[in-house]
Amino acid sequence: MRVLLAAKGLAKSFGAVVAAADLDLAVEAGEIHALIGPNGAGKTTVLRLLSGELRPDAGCVWLADREVTALAVHERARLGLARTFQHSSVLSSFSVLENVAVAIQAHAGSSFRFFKPASPDPRLEEPALAILERLGIEGLADRPAAALAHGERRLLELAMALACRPQVLLLDEPLAGVSNKEAQRLIGVLAALRAEMGMLLVEHDMDAVFRLADRITVLVNGRVIASGSPSAVRADPLVRSAYLGEEEEL
Amino acid sequence: MKSEYRATALDPALLVVQLLNGVQLGLLLFLVASGLTLVFGILDVINLAHGVVFMVGAYVAASTFLHSGSLLLAAAAAPIAAALLGLVLDRLVLRFLYERSHLDQVLATFGVVLFVDEAVRTLFGPAALPFPLPASLEWSLPLPGGTSYPAWRLVIIAGGLVLAAGLFGILHRTRAGMLVRAAANDARMLEMLGVDVRRLFLLVLGAGSALAGFAGALAGPIMAVQPGMGDNVLILAFVVIVTGGMGSVQGALLGALLVGLVDTLGRAFLTDLVRTLLPPAAANEVGPALASMAIYLLMAIVLLIRPQGLLSVRRAAR
Amino acid sequence: MSAVRTRGGHGLAPLLFVLIALAILSAELWAGPYYLKLLSRAMILALAALALDLVVGVAGLVSLGHAAFLGVGAYTVGILAEHGITSGWIQWPIALFASAAFALVIGALSLRTRGVHFIMITLAFAQMLYYAANSLSRYGGDDGLTIWNRSEFATFFSLADRSTFAWTCFVILLLSYLLLARVVASRFGRVLRGAKDNERRMEALGYPVARFRLVAFTLSGTLAGLAGVLLANLTEFVAPAYMSWHRSGELLAMVVLGGLGSLYGAIIGAFFFVLVEEALARITTHWALVFGPFLILLVLLGRGGLVGLLENLGRR
Repeated sequence: MRVLLAAKGLAKSFGAVVAAADLDLAVEAGEIHALIGPNGAGKTTVLRLLSGELRPDAGCVWLADREVTALAVHERARLGLARTFQHSSVLSSFSVLENVAVAIQAHAGSSFRFFKPASPDPRLEEPALAILERLGIEGLADRPAAALAHGERRLLELAMALACRPQVLLLDEPLAGVSNKEAQRLIGVLAALRAEMGMLLVEHDMDAVFRLADRITVLVNGRVIASGSPSAVRADPLVRSAYLGEEEEL
Repeated sequence: MKSEYRATALDPALLVVQLLNGVQLGLLLFLVASGLTLVFGILDVINLAHGVVFMVGAYVAASTFLHSGSLLLAAAAAPIAAALLGLVLDRLVLRFLYERSHLDQVLATFGVVLFVDEAVRTLFGPAALPFPLPASLEWSLPLPGGTSYPAWRLVIIAGGLVLAAGLFGILHRTRAGMLVRAAANDARMLEMLGVDVRRLFLLVLGAGSALAGFAGALAGPIMAVQPGMGDNVLILAFVVIVTGGMGSVQGALLGALLVGLVDTLGRAFLTDLVRTLLPPAAANEVGPALASMAIYLLMAIVLLIRPQGLLSVRRAAR
Repeated sequence: MSAVRTRGGHGLAPLLFVLIALAILSAELWAGPYYLKLLSRAMILALAALALDLVVGVAGLVSLGHAAFLGVGAYTVGILAEHGITSGWIQWPIALFASAAFALVIGALSLRTRGVHFIMITLAFAQMLYYAANSLSRYGGDDGLTIWNRSEFATFFSLADRSTFAWTCFVILLLSYLLLARVVASRFGRVLRGAKDNERRMEALGYPVARFRLVAFTLSGTLAGLAGVLLANLTEFVAPAYMSWHRSGELLAMVVLGGLGSLYGAIIGAFFFVLVEEALARITTHWALVFGPFLILLVLLGRGGLVGLLENLGRR
């Protein structure tokens, strides 16, 4: 399969704390690659290094066949890298529809247009509505984002990421804090999206990870201790003792 | 003509005097900026009223000296009054602003500046208050090369050095000082560890105000003691903090000395320097303008290279 | 609701402009030249506050140095007039270009930082221009510079006439308001509003946020420069005091006084400020003793400024 996102020899320390050390990682087209590890293993730091919010001390990041290590967040986003945040990050003063429309706008022509009103504009709002429908939240379109429940915000954030038509999607604990019913819906949505993009999934819900992931990488103290198919990782004794041993059941 | 100007520009005796002046201005600015930078660092509060604390220090020192004739009494009264003013302002205004936006902090403390400046103008009049030195300090130290240096400016340098050394000693050797440095680095973390950051902040605000008030007393005899005198000092202190790095007392010292030296040397020598490039009439226009802009250009250069300041303890506030 | 307002609704703006027009008319008919001048001054400061609201209220960047652009516009007129260039067709474009250039450079440097840094840096650069103007001894230094002729627009109209001048200010203010209201509602304005709300999210969506902010800052500085052009013509005088940091603080106060981000709120705030200043100055020369505490109370107690207050009253 085609590699869409690759990191080679990535390293990052904060003072004495090693958040990533000599880390290699790849996301291929059409796969969900799960990144798991105990709290403080450096998972979010890896996402921030990949998205460009942090600069690595060493190593490089590739998007498809282009090196992006020196590029800023917005430049990587333009090349097809989208992400969701651990604490859902939406534009709370905008309506749900406008949140998605602003994401579409980012990838549809120039935003240096000063006179024509941004709304109504069917070229932005129709595709935005289509994405909301796909996630089953079109009923919320006119709701202010600030008034959404936690699970709804998660879905909105995912809608915004999809509106960027990403090649690669980074997901930082998309299931944290959502109800079981919403989690099932999200898992279904993510599974259905698999064919369209590569995904890197950071998630604590092991049930979801093993249902979704094509490949799992285990991170402990900034180092990869295992990487492979779910069954191989599940059987790895190193993983069992270092991390999965904490879980009651796999 | 030209060679003559060069001769003055390169006169080593004059250079020594100007270097001393630069250090003296830098140390004064450090006394004002150090409190300000820690207040920013700990609670992320922008306090425009720090300049009026400096002014009140100068006024208290001048009037104490005029009435009692004792310079020591004046030097003691200024920081005490300034610390009290700082704490009163906290009680009345600042404490309501901790959780507010920077815009609210700017406006409310701007209101304080307008009020205190006007109150001083109402009480003492718009003209400068006389602050003559006692005869015992009205002498100059002869320097080699035929120049001399006023004793009071030496007092400022000595006072500034002693206080800076004391401040660093407290910050690095005592428990409270370490807590202050830790709070300027990451106040939330310290709060989670159970430290009363609010009390720590009051301590820093009181001490920082006392330093600013003392700086006002030191500056009184060489600056015009008049309403609004703190405003320019406040803005210079901002330049110091931006240059040196927010929340860092070392940064404030480095920034203050740089700003003091660049400003003083710029005013003393830039016009002569420009004369070597431009005709005298044009140089007389461009030189002073350039000299008055020199410290801001310094700040711009630092912003281009290191937006977070030379010795910042954290990234430029995001 | 604020969300509706920023999306291009004009709210109280039509009423406001009608009231201003009526005030100019009645000043022409009854009140006399003094009030025409006062109204012109209020409209000019309203234009500057309007420009500032784009940066502070819409984009969320607290600039404490906007008086500098006012000063650049005013000084350009003054310096050109001093050299005998009095044609407005030449003066005004140069003044606008100069203020845009200063805003572009100062904005590019200041926008490398955020928050408290941004406030201090805009303040410092404005102070730099203030001192630079002070040292321009060729153009009056700290005494300022008298302008002997208002900008001339050949045979079209004469700014020397007080009525014409007031109506010129009115038209410019109205056009600037309409321009900015469209900008705020446009795709560009939506990016500014989004970045004020959540900068990190906008970056992750692929927006180079700093570039949008720089364009907004430059546009705002240019309009503030236009206000400076008008101010120089009104007072027939320029001085470094036009750029003092007090003026920058007052402009911020006007924006907040009226209500942040609504654009026309800035106009209301400016009128309120000028009229209260005028009224207080008649009673006492120490009006800052009243205005300072008023500002503190406004921040501590008032939410949404005068616009919020009026809208709440309207809803009842």
